[in-house]
Amino acid sequence: MRKPRKAKKTLFRLWTYICRYKWRVVAAIVISVTSNLFSLLGPLLLGKAIGVIGDAAGGVDFKAVVFYCALLAFFYVISSVMSYILSVMMIKLSQQMTKRMRKDIFDSVTELSVAFFDRHQAGDIISHISYDVDRVNASLSNDLVQIVSSLITVVGSFIMMLSISPPLVITYAATLPVSFLLARYMGKKVRPMFHERSVKLGELNGYAEEIIGGHKTIRAYRKENYFASLFKDKNRIAVDAHYIAEYNASFVGPCMMMINNAAMALISVFGSLFYIYGGLALEGLAAFILYSRKFSGPITEIANISSELQSALSAAERVFALIDEPREAADADKAQPLVTTGGEVDFTNVRFGYDDESPVIRNLNLNIPKGSLVAVAGPTGAGKTTIINLLMRFYDPQKGEIKIDGREIREVTRKSLRRGFAMILQDSWLFHGTVFENIAYGRADRGDVAMDEVVAAAKAAQIHNYINSLPDGYNTILSENGTNISQGQKQLISIARAMMSQADMLIFDEATSNVDTWTEKKIQSAMTRLMRGKDGGGKTCFVIAHRLSAIRDADIILVVKDGDIAERGAHKELIELGGVYAGLYKSQFS
Amino acid sequence: MSPHYSHMVILFVLKSVGTLLDLASPMIFAHIVDNVAPTKDVKTILLWGGLILVVAFISLQFNVIPNRMAVRIARDVTEKIRNDLFEKTLSLSGGQIDRLTLSSIESRLTADTYNIHEFLNNMMRMGIRTPIMLIGGIFVIWAQDGALTLALVGALPIMGAVVWKISGKGISMYADMQKTIDGMVRIVRENIVGVRVIKALSKTGYERERFDRDNSAVSDRETEAGVIMAMTNPAMNLLLNVGLVVIVIVGAFRVNDGLTKPGVIVAFLTYFTMFSSAMLWITRIFVSYSRGMASSERIKEIMDLPNEPEIWPAVRIKDKNAPRVEFKNVSFSYDKKKNNIENISFTIGKGETLGILGSTGSGKSALINLLMRFYDCDSGEIRVDGELVNAIAPEELYPKFGVAFQNDIIFAGGIAENIDFGRGLSMKRISEAALNAQATFIEDKPNGLNHRLAARGTNVSGGQKQRLIIARALASKPDILILDDSSSALDYTTDAALRRSIAKNYRETTLIIVAQRISSVMNADKIIALDDGKLVGYGTHRFLSENCEFYNEIYVSQMGGGESHQSSSL
Repeated sequence: MRKPRKAKKTLFRLWTYICRYKWRVVAAIVISVTSNLFSLLGPLLLGKAIGVIGDAAGGVDFKAVVFYCALLAFFYVISSVMSYILSVMMIKLSQQMTKRMRKDIFDSVTELSVAFFDRHQAGDIISHISYDVDRVNASLSNDLVQIVSSLITVVGSFIMMLSISPPLVITYAATLPVSFLLARYMGKKVRPMFHERSVKLGELNGYAEEIIGGHKTIRAYRKENYFASLFKDKNRIAVDAHYIAEYNASFVGPCMMMINNAAMALISVFGSLFYIYGGLALEGLAAFILYSRKFSGPITEIANISSELQSALSAAERVFALIDEPREAADADKAQPLVTTGGEVDFTNVRFGYDDESPVIRNLNLNIPKGSLVAVAGPTGAGKTTIINLLMRFYDPQKGEIKIDGREIREVTRKSLRRGFAMILQDSWLFHGTVFENIAYGRADRGDVAMDEVVAAAKAAQIHNYINSLPDGYNTILSENGTNISQGQKQLISIARAMMSQADMLIFDEATSNVDTWTEKKIQSAMTRLMRGKDGGGKTCFVIAHRLSAIRDADIILVVKDGDIAERGAHKELIELGGVYAGLYKSQFS
Repeated sequence: MSPHYSHMVILFVLKSVGTLLDLASPMIFAHIVDNVAPTKDVKTILLWGGLILVVAFISLQFNVIPNRMAVRIARDVTEKIRNDLFEKTLSLSGGQIDRLTLSSIESRLTADTYNIHEFLNNMMRMGIRTPIMLIGGIFVIWAQDGALTLALVGALPIMGAVVWKISGKGISMYADMQKTIDGMVRIVRENIVGVRVIKALSKTGYERERFDRDNSAVSDRETEAGVIMAMTNPAMNLLLNVGLVVIVIVGAFRVNDGLTKPGVIVAFLTYFTMFSSAMLWITRIFVSYSRGMASSERIKEIMDLPNEPEIWPAVRIKDKNAPRVEFKNVSFSYDKKKNNIENISFTIGKGETLGILGSTGSGKSALINLLMRFYDCDSGEIRVDGELVNAIAPEELYPKFGVAFQNDIIFAGGIAENIDFGRGLSMKRISEAALNAQATFIEDKPNGLNHRLAARGTNVSGGQKQRLIIARALASKPDILILDDSSSALDYTTDAALRRSIAKNYRETTLIIVAQRISSVMNADKIIALDDGKLVGYGTHRFLSENCEFYNEIYVSQMGGGESHQSSSL
């Protein structure tokens, strides 16, 4: 995600984006050419007009002058209208492309693995989609049109220059390698700087997001100044990266202008010499100088925007790098949808660690008969949540097998595997939208969800009365992260969401930790009804909870310790065993 | 911006000179063609050629130096704006941040300040050059024929009006665009934060549709704005060219009257070519101007938000015997419609423990928010050490507290850094606090206290995170320690060990435990039972379990009926 890549490759990728709209590009070029041809008519007509004015006082042919002027005005209007149409076309084109680019990034982001998000800052990822794409866009909509419209002038002037005096063109051309080498050298030099600028801005964004997220704590400790000063350091790095890139790039434009002026000096000297020693008329020299100005003008202007081009190129590199980020490994070739027949779960010799050195789960062997209520207990940090991560295939184990109803989970499609579970997590997640939308979200299919169903789920989750007390009931908009309601209410809404799902297995990961025990009991009974009631047969439930009251009724209680199952059995058996579980259980009354 | 004024004046002067030198170069070429070449004197020709080189070199300096100054000034100004905005953001209340939304604040901090950065950069580099080119050019041609120049000068106010009108429209359109970008960024954030839920529910397709909608909206807004802004360049060119046509007609009259030569009209032509190439920049400058202005409005919106509650002037009384915390008839409402806290009174002394128990949404967190003065209460009094919280300066009030919230922040950095939280505590203090918070897992980490945590603490478990946060709260040996439902992810053994260690090692500390679990609070000196913002029970565990029906019901439901432990603990 960090390494600057080959400019040529990036350009080629950009080109493939442009190619999707090739007919529009062709149209734009056609319009650009005609509009420029019209503008070339200007000097011609002007010359005619001045010609008919003549040199003598009192002898001006006003009729002719007005005729040419009217024609001139007409062409100018056409030329302006066409250049406007061209700009609009280019804007629409570049907007289509950037939209496409953002879509590609987002599509890629939705397919990245959970591990990626555990490792990267949200703010940094966001900066790719907002800042970097914007750089590419700015360059496409402004610079491209400028380059395309300059092309005609450059080519036209060059032909004119050639027709006047080929030797002078050679003189002029002598400076071209210098310009070329300079542009190449500077491009190589500044592109990594612009890359750095993007990277640092992204990091700053990530940092800001992280810190503002902890705003309440920072206020509680009065550490605003400390974090502001940390931010200042990062900000300094970001603006410095911006400065260094711009500082070096701002040299390019004037330098090109200087080389150009030197070329002009050469032309005037050699031109004059050619004039002296024959072969070039004075008018020819004047015209040559005029055309060489026309020729060099757009080139220096492009040199002036070269910093934008470089920054767009490095931004595009970053965009493509994110798009190319390895996705969650594809389903196995022969992956079939998972068909559950009750949900028997087997772990065989499973070993897993988030990094290779420290395994969280060492060697897990476990058979869970279908329809059982399984509780996972154990001291904090013993790997309880990890079991869920493996079961849902957010992570894959380094060793061993996990089977559901006899099927290895890596041999079924992820989608069907995950849909097999209804999952409620410790950190409940709500999105910006109405309460209704947040609950209805749990429905796997895309069809419309009836209000009745949502209300039923909310009632089962004991949150219906609260929702009704909100100003707009089920249409109340929840803010980002649901910060306008309490943690407990957030959890209840996500439980209601899980109630919407028609999954065969259920995962409760500390899902009721922020809910009072009373409500918890009610939810559990609702959940149990839901899980058992449907076709008479039971469905497998996983419950991770610290409150042992929540798991006492479980069929199997697994006590995880140091990555292994230390004890297993029903509540009574484990209490009688007098081991880890019994210790945990007793401690809540001491 | 003020300290940069002198630099900006220098920059302006240098830039103007550089631009004027560029303007002068056509005159030199004209001179060579008209006057020098015909003399056929090679020496003079070479001399003039050399002069062009010298002028070119000087003009290079006059362009590069001010450009670099511009880049520096833009950097310094942006840095300051961004720092100020960040500081302001940290001083906002939780409610204010909720209303603004995190993604909007984030994009104001980076994207909007970036727009301002670019605006300053462009303004100083091109925004000076273009008008000087135009005005200087007018002076140059004025010297040739004043009357003809009037035709061009007449076009200037129209040009100004057009630009003013277009960029005015542009500002509001770009402001709209930034708002839609906020919406789009929010979806991206939600997808990153909620990745597990989204994947579990296989909602990727749905999320893509949601994103596509906002993505299209952003594109539409930007296209609309761009289409308006793109009018600048053709409009300017048209006006210039129409001016030129008028000049030709007026010129024709003047030539007819013997007042001017056609050669002058030709000279005008040369300058017009230069003008229109400078005009290439005009759209770019005004796009960056409009975006910059729209962005600075958005930044101003945050900067202008009212500051946190003031400190009330009050006579400070030092009362050694005052209770550590006292609530007297306190009522409070977040939305000022329905009370979240109603008429609450209680006191806690030094070294005592207070348990706050209540169901979800009963107002437990509101009590803490008031005590820590994140909000001011609507009626009643809250005192810490005998003084009104509203009368204590924040620098004095906040160091009294150590607090662990639910879902508290862990930032990317070492464990020690996370516990220290910028307070400059000694390693001894930090390791002590970690030990007392039962964060023994630190010993198993390869680098111990220097072990690096990932942002949001994604490389430690929920319970480990909570213990680090409690260690942070303990580390400063606070007068008042608040555990706001912060032991929910701890198992009972750890939770109990934690409470024991606090009781033993922090004797002077007043402990406030907000909890759902009765076992977390039942050993407290006093327990408050809250129901729907009202105090329904206040006393010891023994007292409440005998006299408070509400409390007893929770007790029975949590500890289970018929357990032998129940009778023994009663």
